[in-house]
Order: sequence, then C-alpha cells, then structure tokens
Amino acid sequence: MKRFLIPLVVFVVLVFFLAMGLTLNPRDVPSPLKDKPAPAFTLPQLAAADKSFSPADMKGKVWLLNVWASWCVSCRQEHPLLVAFAKEGKVPVVGLNYKDQPRDAKNWLAKFGDPYVVSAVDADGRVGIDYGVYGVPETYVIDKAGMIRMKHTGPITPESLQKQILPLVAELSK
Amino acid sequence: MKLSALLICCTLIFSGAAMAKEAAPMAADVAIEKRMVAISEELRCLVCQNESLSGSHAELAQDLRREIRKMIGEGKTDQEILDFMVARYGDFVRYRPPVKPTTWLLWGGPFVLLAGGIGALIAFLRRRAKEEAAPVLSEDERRRAAALLDQSNS
Repeated sequence: MKRFLIPLVVFVVLVFFLAMGLTLNPRDVPSPLKDKPAPAFTLPQLAAADKSFSPADMKGKVWLLNVWASWCVSCRQEHPLLVAFAKEGKVPVVGLNYKDQPRDAKNWLAKFGDPYVVSAVDADGRVGIDYGVYGVPETYVIDKAGMIRMKHTGPITPESLQKQILPLVAELSK
Repeated sequence: MKLSALLICCTLIFSGAAMAKEAAPMAADVAIEKRMVAISEELRCLVCQNESLSGSHAELAQDLRREIRKMIGEGKTDQEILDFMVARYGDFVRYRPPVKPTTWLLWGGPFVLLAGGIGALIAFLRRRAKEEAAPVLSEDERRRAAALLDQSNS
C-alpha cells in the first residue's frame, strides 16, 4: 500500500496544477495600471476632427473607455452588447478608435450602431501603448477621480458585464 | 495540386512584402538599431506571447520597437526603457522578471524540483546498495545451483 502512496500523491498534485493551469487565461495579463490615474491624452474626435477629447473632460463621472477598431473582429462580437448597455445610460462609454481609418470607423459605427458618447482617434496607437493595449477590444472602468479601477481584455461578454463591470460601476457611482 | 502551388506563390509574395516592410525603418543608425534589438530581446511580445518583441511581426511589436528607437534617440537608458514597458504591460513583458514575493515560486521552483529529484535519487541508490549487500544465495543454495548447472551442462 505504501508503495503506491507516493506516486499517487505526486499524481494528485500534478493533476491539481494542470487543472489550475487550464482554468487560467494566458491572454489575461494583469494590468499594472489598475488603481493608477488614467494616462492623460488629447486626441481629435472621430465625429468632428476639429474638436478634441481628453480624459480630464470626464472628471467627476464614472465612465468606460472602450478600445475598438473597425478591423477588429472581436469588437464586432461585443458590439451589440455595448450598444444595448449604452442605451441603458448607466454610465457614459467613450470609444478609443485604435489604429483605424476614420472613414472605415465612421462606416462601421453607422452600420452597427454607435454606443459611444464620443470616440477619440488614436491613429498611430501611441495612446494605446500608454494604456497597455495589446489586444483590441479592451475596456477600462475609470472612476470619478480619473483612476483606472478595472481593465477588461477581450470582448465583453454578458457574464463579465453582469458579474464584474456592472457591480463595480454601481459601487463607484455611489 | 494547383491550389498548393498557388498557396506557395502567395506565401512567397507575402513573405517578400513582409520583409520589405520590416527592412524599411532600419538604416537610420546602426548603433540605435543594435541597442533596440538588445532591449527588445528581453521583452515579450504580448500579442504572440512566446515570441520576443524583437522577433515578432505583430503590429504592436512594430509600434513598440518604434517607441524604443524613439526613446533611445532621446537618450533614455536601457533601464528607463524597460521601466516604461513594465509600467504599461506589467512584469509579464520581461523574460527575466524581477525577484519578488510573487515571483519566488517562478525563480525558486526549478531548484526545489531539482533538490527533490536529487533527494529521491539518493534514497533510491541507498536502498539499492542495501539490497545488493545482502547475500542473494546462501552457501547451501549456491552449492545446489552449481550442481544443477553441472547437470544441465553434461
């Protein structure tokens, strides 16, 4: 009996670690920007290139910054959810149009709906680098003081919206 | 057959295009380029996680290399450039993350496994030496075995 005990324990430990590895998402890299001030920028607006947008404009509000692009397939996947969420009007959603052609971006919004109160144009992706963007779409929850409170990498799912984003937004809006 | 030929053609054309695009920003300054490569080899490309920033063709990697070139041009030190990347993407971008409580297991784990392996090997060897030391056959048994062997030989 004792002969089998050690291999059995080793096996169980191994299975435990492998099972843990399977449940982790390697794409989900913890952002060092959490609980740090949202990096400042001033970028032209998509709808009106002569106007600009800056995160400072949103001070005093809880808001979402959603990084999107017309070339991004996963963005289209999350888009209906975002449009429905924006209609509820709980918090403003700002778009960061990442490395896109303005004309493509405008067509895309016209076709699939525009959930954004405003979209800022990050044509060369420099602001994206400051926000640690590495896979569009990405969504940041930013609080009244302009701090990043959460980063969601990849398309928002109904589950992540209900379980993570909405409770946090409700708490921050208090 | 035709399809595979077409695919090969496409691959050749596109790889040519990719190379041409890759070579464009070079030339400027060999020293900057050398430092950029040295730094970006230490960094992980977050889009294709098992490639270094220097070897990746992902668009983000190209942008980040451009950013590193710019910072070198501005006279930033290697450490400042690494800090810039870590501030945005976390310790995960570094292939050699700093030693701190969250990375102790990462750095120490292999040595713990090695120690465990050596321990198991020593235990195994000791047990085997003990078993070999004990006489396998008693004097009486040996004689009987010899007799049997003699029998079968004749």
